[in-house]
Parts: sequence; C-alpha cells; structure tokens
Amino acid sequence: MFIKPYGDTSNDGAVQLSFTLPVKNCGRAKEAARLYVQKLGFQKVDVVHAAALSEEFTFFVAYGKTETGIDYDKVEYAEAVDKYMSMDEINEFIKTNFKRKLVIIGACTGTDAHTVGIDAIMNMKGYNHHFGLERYPMIEALNMGSQVPNEKILAKAKELKADAVLVSQIVTQKDVHIKNLTELIELAEAEKMRGKTLLVMGGPRVNNKLAKELGYDAGFGTGTYAEHVATFVVKKLYERMTSKK
Amino acid sequence: MTPVKSKLGLSPTKIAKARKLAAEITAPVQEFIDTHTTVTIERATLRLLGADGANADGVPVPNLIAQACADKLAGGASVFYVNALVKLAKTPAELNKEIEKGLDISKLELTDSRHIQKKADELIKGTDARIAGNVAHRNAQLKLSKDRIKSPMIYVIVATGNIYEDVKQAQAAAHQGADIIAVIRTTGQSLLDYVPYGPTTEGFGGTYATQENFRIMRKALDETGEKEGRYIRLVNYCSGLCMPEIAAMGALERLDMMLNDSMYGILFRDINMYRTFTDQFFSRMINTAADIIINTGEDNYLTTSDAVEKAHTVLASQFLNEKFAANTGMPNRLMGLGHAFEINPDVKNGFLYEYAQALMAREIFPEHPLKYMPPTKFMTGDIFKGLAMNTLFNFVCKATGQGIALLGMLTEAIHTPYLQDRHLAIDNALYVHNTMEGFKDEIEFKKDGIMARRARQVLDETTSFLSEVKAQGLFKAIETAMFAEIKRPRDGGKGFDGVYEKTADYWNPVETYLKKKLKIAGK
Repeated sequence: MFIKPYGDTSNDGAVQLSFTLPVKNCGRAKEAARLYVQKLGFQKVDVVHAAALSEEFTFFVAYGKTETGIDYDKVEYAEAVDKYMSMDEINEFIKTNFKRKLVIIGACTGTDAHTVGIDAIMNMKGYNHHFGLERYPMIEALNMGSQVPNEKILAKAKELKADAVLVSQIVTQKDVHIKNLTELIELAEAEKMRGKTLLVMGGPRVNNKLAKELGYDAGFGTGTYAEHVATFVVKKLYERMTSKK
Repeated sequence: MTPVKSKLGLSPTKIAKARKLAAEITAPVQEFIDTHTTVTIERATLRLLGADGANADGVPVPNLIAQACADKLAGGASVFYVNALVKLAKTPAELNKEIEKGLDISKLELTDSRHIQKKADELIKGTDARIAGNVAHRNAQLKLSKDRIKSPMIYVIVATGNIYEDVKQAQAAAHQGADIIAVIRTTGQSLLDYVPYGPTTEGFGGTYATQENFRIMRKALDETGEKEGRYIRLVNYCSGLCMPEIAAMGALERLDMMLNDSMYGILFRDINMYRTFTDQFFSRMINTAADIIINTGEDNYLTTSDAVEKAHTVLASQFLNEKFAANTGMPNRLMGLGHAFEINPDVKNGFLYEYAQALMAREIFPEHPLKYMPPTKFMTGDIFKGLAMNTLFNFVCKATGQGIALLGMLTEAIHTPYLQDRHLAIDNALYVHNTMEGFKDEIEFKKDGIMARRARQVLDETTSFLSEVKAQGLFKAIETAMFAEIKRPRDGGKGFDGVYEKTADYWNPVETYLKKKLKIAGK
C-alpha cells in the first residue's frame, strides 16, 4: 500500500512546517523561506506566517505538498510486546509461572537528573492512573533515583539478583544519552550480565529500535506505562526460562 | 505584612498557625547551622576575599586552599589566605597566581592577628563596595525601566551548553519581551564539589555556571537592556554542592535572581541534609546582601508526586523556605517562593484547583514575588495540546498576580527550547496578559464554591502536615520520606564529609560582615 500525507484530500501530500532562518524579517527573507521549502522537495509552497525573533532571525510557518510517498507494506518495526497485560494479569502470570517475586530495579543513570520517567514507571503512584511497579504485589521494585553511576546500578542489580534493570534517559542534547547507554551495555557485558539480567531503556526520545541497536532487550518511549514494561519483562523472562528447559 | 482581603475566605488564624509551626520546625535546624561550617562555605568566603583562578589541571584556587587546609577548615580558611596576603605583601591576584603554581598557604606561620584582622577589614570593604555598587546600578536601571517591565515578569530559559550560543538566544528572547533570562546549568553540575573556571562551550542540557560565563551573559543582557530600554534580569542556580560559592559569584557579577531552595538538594539531588541546610543559610545571607531574589523549588514536589494529593507539601515547603530565608534577614520582596501548574489535564475541574492554589499562594504570601512554574509533567510531545496548556497557565499567572512567570515551552519533553519556541511562548503570554489586564480585580469567588473549598482544604492539610513534621523534627521527617516521598538518611548523601563543627576560635570575617550588615543576632 502506497501512502502519502493526508491534508484534506486523499494523497494530497500536504505537510505543515515551521522553522527559523538566520536573517532579518523582510520580503526577501520570506521568499528565501519559500524557495527553501521548495528545495526540500515540496511543491505549491505557501509561507503563511513570518515573525521576527530578533534583528537576525525570522520564524516561518509554511505549507507544502509532496509527491513523495512510502510503501507501507515494506515498513518493518518490531513492537517490544504485541499485546499488553493488566497489572492483575501480570501478577497472576508471575505467581503461576515463576512462583517467586521478580526483582526490578531502575534509575536515571549518568548525569541525568530527570526522574519523571523512571518515577512514572516505578513509583507506587505511577502516572495518569496507571500504578507503578512498586504497587505490584509480585514485583520487588527499587527506584534508585537520579544521577546513578552505571557501575552502581549494575552492582545493585547483582546484589539483589535483579531480574531486570530499567534505565531512564531524558536529557538527549548532543546525544549524551547514547554515550551513557552504550557505556552501561559495555559494563554489563564485562560483568557477564547480558543475556541474564534484562536490560531495558526508556525515555521520550527512545524507542524499541534504538534499544535493540544499542544492545538492550527493549526500549520504551512516550506513552509507556508500568504495565507495558512489566508485560515485556515477564514474557521475556518466561521465554528465556522455558527455552532453557 | 499587608493585610489582604481573602477572596478565598482563608483564615488568618490558620495562616498564622502554619507560620508558627514553620518557625518551630526550623529553630532546631538553625541551631545546627549556627555551629557548623562546610567546605563550600569556606571556599565562598575565600572567593569574597579575592580568591579566584585555577591551576593547570583546572582545580580552582579556592579548592586548592581548602584541600591544603583539610581539617583546619573547622577553624575557618580565611585566616590562611589573609595571613598570606599580609606576610607575602601580595595582592589577591598575585597570591592567586602563586597558589595556582603550588604555594601551600596553610603552612605559612601566622602573623599577628591584629594585622590579619586589619587586612580582612580592608578586603571586606572592597567586597562590600563592589556588591553595593551592583545593587545601586541595578536599582538605578530598574527605576529607569520601571514602566516597561511586565507584571508578571516573563522568565525564559536558555540551555544550549555553549555560553556564546546562550547569548544569542538570550538576546533574542529579551528582544521578544522576556524580562528574565535563566541560564540552565549543565546536567550534573550540582554534584561537582567545585565551580569550573573560565568560559565554557561544552555542556549537556545546559551551560556550566562559571564566573566568566556569568560575566559574559551579564554584559550581553546589559547591551540588550540598553537597546530595549528595559533592564533584563539574569538568573542562575545557587544549588548543589557549591551553593554558597555560586551565591558569591552571583553577588560579584550582578546576577539578579538565584534558584535557591532549603531542601531541594537533599530530596532531589541526594545531597546530605546537614550540608544543605548549612549551605543554604550562608548562600542566602549573600543573596540578601546582594539584593538577589531567590526562587525556591517547590515545583519539584509536584513533578515527583501527584499534584492534587500533594498540593499541601508545596505550601508547607513555602512556609519553611520563608522562615529559613527570614533567618538570614531576607525581606519578603526577595523571596520568590515556588509553585507550579502540574495537575493532570484529564482531572475534572483541574483548572479550578490550579487557579485556587495559585491564588491561595498569592494571598498567603502577599509581598513575595511568587515564582510560578508551567506544566512539564503532562507535556507529551503533542505541541499543540502543550500550547493550549501553556495558555491556561498564563491565564492563572495573570489572574492571580504572580510575580515571576516561568513560561512553558510547547516543545517541553522533546528538546531544549528552539529559538522559535521561546518566541511562541512569549507571544502567547503577552497576548494573555494584555487581554486580561484588569481581570484580577474584576473577579470574586463563591463563598463556598469549588475554589474556596479547595484552598481551605490545602491550607488545612498543610497545617496538619506541618504539625506532624514538627512532632518528628525536620531531620527525622526527611529520613522517613515525609517530603516528596523520598527517604534521605541524615548521615547519607553527598557532601557529608565537607561539614565541620566550628571550633571555639572559628574565624570568618565575611560571615561577621554579613551578619552585621543583615542584622542577624548571634555570633
């Protein structure tokens, strides 16, 4: 199936753009913006708004139509989990299949101090009426908080014999998160933890594809709740346990 | 305090009771503070006496001195610095060079204490003149631009990591209408036990706070202020392990506001509680002396916990921050107590609760330039919804007469703001603030309506919460996760080894000067 953006008619290819150019706001600047959008491959370009941000910068809103389409059938993307379970189902699943509590620890590692993501997944209260892992009777959850060194979280994982480690990264300026996430994988490799303890990463600019590329078992982005992560963890652990037998 | 007729029907007796509880809670902590110093207080003191620079490895001169002093810090580091100036007959700049090269001033034999005192008096006089000059300059500029500074003042953040890029963005924001520019610090700086030296161009999610960076941005904003006919205020972060040193640098370089909370570091950065309480006191003395408005960090309670259920922890913290600040002689007009618009947008009547809580803060702290923080927790990447939420935030800001409006960015939760994001935010705020200029004075509320009941409930919950904290004691309360649902042991956290009980002959001429200037009783 070949698809194109939908504005108000099938396949019209309408796209909305906004951007800033480093020039003073004037007629010439607006024309430059129009030509620039055209150079991006858009046709019927309309620069509908221009505003001076300072004497040296102008902000534009523009519309354009594109001829470019994409074959949707050829797009490949593996979701971490096909179907999610609820909190109760997850607890039952653990009781039935593991007959013990699972241990999950999480933190914002490296220099990242933004715990809003890991808190949403781990803390009792959860986020948006989705309880966090601390609330799960069959999960022993420990949130180590912000700015935890990678060595420290792995040491804690060993000490508690953690089944899964969740790493949250919010600050992604200049790809600082990639460096830190890679370091953690290398340390886990050195400690021979990969393949045993599940390593899961999360953050607003993170997805499952990136996680796999970096060597994690899964990655979760915006819109993730505790039950999503927990479903992945229990299913993956179960899969490993049963394939070993 | 100016009596204000409460539109929410808040009981003055209950407010007074909460204030009394805050005084009782902070008193034992203040006793600890008065008998202790910390490694960063000593370094801040040295900075105010002239210590500056860094050695070839980037270790700052104040740190070199503190390291050399080691346990002698309990008696104060100043004596060694001032002694060296007297004995070696050098200026601070000359002495700093020697220390950079390896001179250990703690090994020099101490000269007559009268000479040391005399030299200290002379140095303090210079520092005082510089700070007083900064205050006078700011006041003169503010007077000139009185009619052009907005109410609430518009506060935006720059965070490029590169001070020179920050300058471009800050100048553009000021041109668009911002009254206040905050340079966010690089992630992780709060946990460095030193302040980096010189201009910096490499940071993540923010830019290093260094004295040179302060100077660069101050100069840039003064230029833009001149052009715009409006004084532009500069903000940085007086928090983390170097809180008093940042305060010292800010006082010297004419910053206008400082993020500065009495408990934020303990709860959200795992810095030791004794260290933080002691540091916040010294840093607030400096901020008060330099007429710098502090911004407290109550918004963090709401990003960590549920904003409806834990609204009272914000008010409780405001009372504690107010009292801790008052202990440093700080007037109300310098207390930018924090709070935030963080209720889940799906909550029915959430807007009414936000409005009630913001107005409640305004009525309880009528003289304080309240710092109101925008939605962040429920910003999702849907920039259009984000813009709508920010508009409601701007409405509450204006409708309740907040002092400082930190504008929300539609791209919150996506990236550090683009140039255009700030423009859209400022445009939105200017529109809302202008179109409802007289709204605040037009409106009254139903006596027992949703808003009045909400505000009364939060105040009641606050007083009972403060009573519990008082019963436990503040140290214990923090240990048992009463704040932000975060447990912090009293002997745990970072920086505990940098706390010293003052010796009987502890000498700190800067502290003596500050206490005298700010009329703080005690030694």
